[in-house]
Amino acid sequence: MSDTLSKIEKRTAYILLLPAVILVFSIILFPIFANVWISFKEVGLKDIRIPEPRAKKIVKSIKDSSDEIKIIYKLRNSSLILDIRDVKFQDKTPKNVEPLNLDERCQFKSNIINCNFGNWKAKYKENFQIILKNKEGKKINKKEIKSFKPKLSGKSDNILLNTNFTLKNFKKVFFQNEFFDLLMTTFYYTFFGTIGSIVFGILAAQLVNQKFFGRTFMRSILLFPYVGPVVALAYTWELLLDPYSGTLNNLLLNFQVIQEPLNLLGQKYLTINFFGFDLKLRLALTTVIIFEIWRYFPLAFLFILARLQAVPKELYEAADVDGAGPLQKFKSITLPQITAVISILFMIRFIWNFNKFEDIFLLTGGASGTRTLPINVYEQGFTISDIGMGSAVSIVIVLLLLMFMFIYFRLLGRRADEN
Amino acid sequence: MKIKSLILYCLISSIFLFSLVSIWKVLSTLQGIELKNLNFVIILTLGIAISLINLIIGDKFHKALKSIIFAILFTFVDGYLVQLMPIWYNVGIFGILIFYSFKIDKYNQKNLDLDHSSQTVLFEFLTLFGIVLFSFVILFPFYMMIVTSFKTQAALLINPLDFSINFAQDIKELFKSYFVIFDTYKFGRYILISTFVSVGTVIITLIFAIPAAYAVARLNFFGKNFLSTSILIIYMFPAIVLVIPLYTVFSQLGLRNNVGGLLIVYTATTLPVAIYMLQGYFKSIPKELEEAAIMDKLNWFGIIIKIILPLSIPAISSVALYVFMIAWNEFLFSLMFLDNPNSFTLSRAIQYLSGDAETPRQYLMAGSVVVTIPVLFIFVYFEKYLVSGLTAGSVKG
Repeated sequence: MSDTLSKIEKRTAYILLLPAVILVFSIILFPIFANVWISFKEVGLKDIRIPEPRAKKIVKSIKDSSDEIKIIYKLRNSSLILDIRDVKFQDKTPKNVEPLNLDERCQFKSNIINCNFGNWKAKYKENFQIILKNKEGKKINKKEIKSFKPKLSGKSDNILLNTNFTLKNFKKVFFQNEFFDLLMTTFYYTFFGTIGSIVFGILAAQLVNQKFFGRTFMRSILLFPYVGPVVALAYTWELLLDPYSGTLNNLLLNFQVIQEPLNLLGQKYLTINFFGFDLKLRLALTTVIIFEIWRYFPLAFLFILARLQAVPKELYEAADVDGAGPLQKFKSITLPQITAVISILFMIRFIWNFNKFEDIFLLTGGASGTRTLPINVYEQGFTISDIGMGSAVSIVIVLLLLMFMFIYFRLLGRRADEN
Repeated sequence: MKIKSLILYCLISSIFLFSLVSIWKVLSTLQGIELKNLNFVIILTLGIAISLINLIIGDKFHKALKSIIFAILFTFVDGYLVQLMPIWYNVGIFGILIFYSFKIDKYNQKNLDLDHSSQTVLFEFLTLFGIVLFSFVILFPFYMMIVTSFKTQAALLINPLDFSINFAQDIKELFKSYFVIFDTYKFGRYILISTFVSVGTVIITLIFAIPAAYAVARLNFFGKNFLSTSILIIYMFPAIVLVIPLYTVFSQLGLRNNVGGLLIVYTATTLPVAIYMLQGYFKSIPKELEEAAIMDKLNWFGIIIKIILPLSIPAISSVALYVFMIAWNEFLFSLMFLDNPNSFTLSRAIQYLSGDAETPRQYLMAGSVVVTIPVLFIFVYFEKYLVSGLTAGSVKG
């Protein structure tokens, strides 16, 4: 009895899970594996269009004979690279007409023209012509003919499905792609973005955890950058930072903080003279990191605030009795209470910032030293139109990501052991 | 009185005053007032003087009287420095000084003498400083977005610092950018598409996620642990590594430029977090309720509809709002999958608009306001639900 019950339970569970699992599998897991496949192929953006046989139908009347009509089909292979095999053609005609001198590749039967065009090479073009004549000598209705659309079909090789593999993409990724530079930029962006957002998150949480007028309001405001749409925020920042008409530069110029407008998003290096040393600051990258911090510190704030509010009040009261100052309270009560949250946050944010695409794409498009790995995926795949290369970079990202996750879960496991 | 505390108090309070006054000056500059100098040294000196006088006077005067005297003094000096400012500017300075005097009023010779007084001063002013600074830094871009959308190209070119809005003008002139984006750029259509996609994603996600989450939370089956860990791992995989294969497959299947294709992808990417959030909540529902239902010969469908759903309205709303927000804000997939202006979502439409260098920026900002307002409105209105959604789903971002 209990055996059958548990069987029923199992079956129910699988039925309930199946739709979600299938969907997630096909949209998330399948592409990750497909990436591996594509990354070993030489595929361009233009190759992924399946070649189609196409026909444009033009209907023309013939002078002095209203019972005859000429149809021209402009046939072509839509692909410039691939052949199409076994092209079949079908079109309807009105009743009571018959074709004159029908092409030998075609047959006419019960108002339908069927043709077998055989193989079309890449870039194939042909003007195919049919003359129709009304059997009763009546005028042929042009509109009716136009309303029939020819149907074409054919077979072709799919470049994605054949088994030609190459290591070219990976060679390019590692040796011709300034890979080290790319990795370092990604690392700077990820690391400083994460640290910055956590530091500001702690500050903000510490702030809101105190009692003051308008505290709930403050909490909502602090989350605005995180809930707002990236597109809107990125373009607003772009306007704000514009070197000529941007508000920030004009304000700084107005108050004589700077003498020359700064191109905060378009300048790769800013040289700062620091006690006689020339320091090179990566300006655009720094700006992008600041945007990142601005947008994601609310998340750290939310996490840390939740933790802070769970810290028992008695701890602080005891510290007051012992005569501890605010700094000491922060150091010996608050900080130890939030280290666990901070380490989890650090790892989660690290992984996510590592993959961030939209923010940089919208702000700089990857120019002036802000090209990170995710931006490179887009660039390779859609700007340079090399799908295979894009996939190879994706694979590198996935591998690095798996490494981070491995470390993350190891640390998480160790933490669980400790407690 | 400790010298260290005294110096710290004077310095940090006057720096705080300076920052308040500076923010007010920046905002005034953006209303078209010509201010060229923040007068750092003078305002700092004034601030130090006021805080010292405050200590010396102590409780001899009433708090309000003291504040008004300080405010009048400061406003007079500042007004003399910058000269011929409109009355509202001076009123603002006056207000800031009243606020400031109230804040420093609680410091007197006695409490600067206490243990840790320098730290207390530091912390209290840093808090004030933080509140002012955080609010300014966060709200300023939003303020700029809204104001720019009401300006004209010519006005922005003549003086990029003049953010003042002329409310006296015709309403059609004032809202011109909005009329243009709705008439010329078909933003009405994009709002509909975005709403359709987001609401559709929410509905489909819930339909898929509720049964799955129920199974994970309640039923025993082979591979359960594996499934719940993989939900989290899958959730960590970023969109950027899915883009190329999905693009190729969707192109070949003809699902690009198709809102349906977008719906499938959004649903799949939000499903893991929805399941994760819901199963956590389902586990907290007492099992006895379901056992009673099984006695009444309800099948799983009945249990979900009649028992689980009514009890988990809060969790379901927070999942729904969170998913709505993700779908509404989503950009990468809409960039990849939509090329045809007839099927753009709002985010994609704004990006398309900005691609044309000729597009005046007030149109861009009007579009940005249109895409931002609904999401902020929902956030403020349903904050309680959304915050719990954000915390649970915040592995993603």
